[in-house]
Amino acid sequence: MRIDRDTAEEILATLLRNKSRSLLTAFGVFWGIFMLVSLVGGGNGWQDTMKYNFDGFATNSCFIATNRTGEAYKGFRKGRYWRLENRDIENIRKSVAGIDVITASVAGWGKTAVHADKKYSCAVKGLYPEYDAIERQDLLYGRFINEIDIRDRRKVCVLGKRVYEALYNKGEDPCGSLVRVDGIYYRVVGVVSTPENVNLQGNGSEQVMLPFSVYQTTYNCGDQVDVLAISLKPGVKVADLKPQIEAIIKSAHSIAPSDKQAIWMLDAEAMFSMVDNLFIGIKALVFLVGLGTLIAGIIGVSNIMMVTVKERTVEIGIRRAIGAQPHDIMQQILAESVVLTLVAGMFGICAGVGLLSVFEQVSVSDTGHVFAFQVSFGTALGMLALIVTLGIVAGLAPAFRAMSVKPVEAMRDE
Amino acid sequence: MIHLSDINKTYNNGAPLHVLKGINLDIEKGEFVSIMGASGSGKSTLLNILGILDTYDSGEYRLAGNLVKDLSESKAAEFRNRLIGFIFQSFNLISFKNAMENVALPLFYQGVGRRKRNALAMEYLDKLGLADWAAHMPNEMSGGQKQRVAIARALITRPQIILADEPTGALDSKTSVEVMDILKNLHKDEGMTIVVVTHESGVANQTDKIIHIKDGLIGSIDENLNHDASPFGQGGYMK
Repeated sequence: MRIDRDTAEEILATLLRNKSRSLLTAFGVFWGIFMLVSLVGGGNGWQDTMKYNFDGFATNSCFIATNRTGEAYKGFRKGRYWRLENRDIENIRKSVAGIDVITASVAGWGKTAVHADKKYSCAVKGLYPEYDAIERQDLLYGRFINEIDIRDRRKVCVLGKRVYEALYNKGEDPCGSLVRVDGIYYRVVGVVSTPENVNLQGNGSEQVMLPFSVYQTTYNCGDQVDVLAISLKPGVKVADLKPQIEAIIKSAHSIAPSDKQAIWMLDAEAMFSMVDNLFIGIKALVFLVGLGTLIAGIIGVSNIMMVTVKERTVEIGIRRAIGAQPHDIMQQILAESVVLTLVAGMFGICAGVGLLSVFEQVSVSDTGHVFAFQVSFGTALGMLALIVTLGIVAGLAPAFRAMSVKPVEAMRDE
Repeated sequence: MIHLSDINKTYNNGAPLHVLKGINLDIEKGEFVSIMGASGSGKSTLLNILGILDTYDSGEYRLAGNLVKDLSESKAAEFRNRLIGFIFQSFNLISFKNAMENVALPLFYQGVGRRKRNALAMEYLDKLGLADWAAHMPNEMSGGQKQRVAIARALITRPQIILADEPTGALDSKTSVEVMDILKNLHKDEGMTIVVVTHESGVANQTDKIIHIKDGLIGSIDENLNHDASPFGQGGYMK
């Protein structure tokens, strides 16, 4: 390898000799890498947007509610209404392995919460402390419902963020004050903010949350439960536990074992894994499209280098005649190809990164979350390596053709 | 210096063409010879073989004691670089390099450092009276200047022989005389071995020995120490 300033000058000179041609060829590579960077970044941003929407919601979980029975069984008619009960929680917790948390919720809508001279329409929900494991409850003030609240049926409540904002002045600590719902005063013990985009039984920020036992007593629900929420230990699949759980509930409520509609079950894990698969699919597609564009650009480089070599046959012959080794010629053509793709590629990466950072600026969510559109530094380095490799590959065929130029070509009249 | 014995060369482009039919030739160190012949006589092929630009089919070619036969591409390139200086009819300078860089190019392929080879190139340009033109591109120079740059390029590696292929073919008669004078002085002052291929008797007349080649064979070899073989090439008339 003989590389010095002259080599660099020579490469520059040959590339600049045909400015418009070099520019057009370089544009192919530029566009290819620009597309690749933008598409990969766009994929990242989209995935991050989705993740943000699911944030705080247990993905490996399932939810159970009731439906009218589909079969007559043990003397009960078909189409019977039935309700889940408190004992179902304990039954399932005791007999099914692999469950991390099982909890229940009851809710009522169309209520009005009143504090001082302000009121707000909201829903009321009865929850257990463990509910936090299903839907993350970020505390803004005070605490969440605890075991003692449940046991002693203390008339306390936790406010959703928007309920708090409607009933209190900004920055006011609501803990210890009283809020009236349906004629009963509850002492506020906390304010929570819950995930915005995925939730169970309505948006948590629009709700007043009571201890589960208090709700059941207040609204005369007996031991009835609206929804069972179950989160599973890592590695356990909902589909594996589903028959076991259904069997327990069916036998407790005299439902035919073959009844397919009586139990309504939502497999969140399956839904989330479907979304995950969609991510993988879209990322692969995006990568293929970007790579395809890049390869089209690279083929353009290879093509134009081929033409260059043909044009420079006499020059290469002269070089060979005055003592250039075949590998000197090969190195020269390869270097030209790599420099052309590298420069074009760097501009492409920079333009792509620039576009993505504009996306990031524009797409900041109202909560201040910045969606991660940008490609990582490692990815950018990887792309640079890809460009260099492709530049070498593009130069190979022309370089071999240049190498096969005989020194006799120097004697040809131009 | 140059020893050829029974060199045969056949081109196989469609119909086989037997160009060289057994060339025997010896050129000693310090000789200034010309090879003359009509077009199609095989003189270009002979020059290509002498310059290791082309291969031959049978026979033996020795250059400065080295057997030149079935060389690898890289060995041939090294021989061309170190043993032979080429002067071409159409100058064959590289158009996007200035005079100095063109002269320095053979040293680049020897791996000589940039500073050193440029200094040497300047030295040779100065010798040929072109020091002021070092930074000029070939298209800014006259034919005679270009050929002098090419001569400097041929000399810079201190080769054993200079091979000139129609060195005046693209020049007018005045510059032709200048170029031939340079070659003569090289021969006289530095004892350089020079082989000129030409079809112009005026050019051939400047050399000490004229080798006539005809139909792929050496026709005759004339001693020409008095430079009176032809009415041309005397008193500054070459064409």
